[in-house]
Amino acid sequence: MTDQKEMESASHHVVSPKIYVIILFALILGTAATVWASFLELGPWNPVIALAIATGKAMLVVLYFMHVKYSSKLTKLTVFAGIFTFLTLIGMTLADYFSRAWGQW
Amino acid sequence: MSDSTAIAHDAHAAPDHGHGEAHPTYLRHHFENVEQQADAAGFAMWIFLLTEVMFFGGLFTAYLIYRNWYYPAFVAASHQLSVVWGTTNTAVLIFSSFTMAMGVWCAETRRRKGLVLSLCLTFLLGLVFLGIKTIEYSEKIEKHHVPGFHYNLSSFLDPDNDAAAKAASDKALPLDMARHTEVYFSLYFAMTGMHALHMIIGIAILGYMIFRARAGAYTSGHVTFVENFGLYWHFVDIIWIYLFALLYLISRHQ
Repeated sequence: MTDQKEMESASHHVVSPKIYVIILFALILGTAATVWASFLELGPWNPVIALAIATGKAMLVVLYFMHVKYSSKLTKLTVFAGIFTFLTLIGMTLADYFSRAWGQW
Repeated sequence: MSDSTAIAHDAHAAPDHGHGEAHPTYLRHHFENVEQQADAAGFAMWIFLLTEVMFFGGLFTAYLIYRNWYYPAFVAASHQLSVVWGTTNTAVLIFSSFTMAMGVWCAETRRRKGLVLSLCLTFLLGLVFLGIKTIEYSEKIEKHHVPGFHYNLSSFLDPDNDAAAKAASDKALPLDMARHTEVYFSLYFAMTGMHALHMIIGIAILGYMIFRARAGAYTSGHVTFVENFGLYWHFVDIIWIYLFALLYLISRHQ
């Protein structure tokens, strides 16, 4: 990003195939890990681990395959705002549903 | 990042083409320069993807609520899915995301043959994914696990006579809980079906892009379309990453 031309057009930052190959292997590894983890008896931690691995994989895809790591601040802010809004909505909905019958079971 | 604050410009006042400035033919007149145009298109694509996140988010929320309420039914029903097919499809989709990313790279570095090959591979892997999905769906249809009038509960009431349930050493569910497996399959078909629809649309656009790429449309400096289609394809991949973890891998140990 030191190059002046790249500073001017971050949307055209060319990500090298080497990075794509590394991400590909990381994603395949993540898939293997999540399948393996699902066969372990971890009680309440099973879904947590499954979602954590899925989120890690999704972050790799967003940052590298979708170039967000190399994108403009506007794009970064857009993606962050979207995820934040989504988590807020899903969090509030689930908080409501899970606490409606609080203490009545 | 392009300097989008420099909007004041006098040369574009004339509506005709006589402004005397040299610019690529793909630069629309309401944009200051190519970077600004690409930034605007990328921004719009992300906004579209966010609406998609919200759309799928509703399905994921419904899934999480029902899974919490009817957990034993969701576990038993998820055992009817094949982890092998699911894992294979995840790998296929991840690989197609990789070939798509390579396609974007080829377009950026103006490699026409590489781009056509990347797009063709992505196209083929997309078809492989849908093929495997068809095998899985037809299995569900044969076992009457499609929600509706012909929904069959025997896999959950009598797991000893069901190969998949027996392999997972499922115990028989009480009738009221067994009925809730239909909720799981409703969500399964809604979510994977909507995902498959996105794949079909993506594959159709890929077919169009292959023809355009062969003519050299994306390897002369104008990569916006390939780039933004790549964003769409990767997004569909991310949805599947979550679907796989949530639908196939609820619990494989009990």
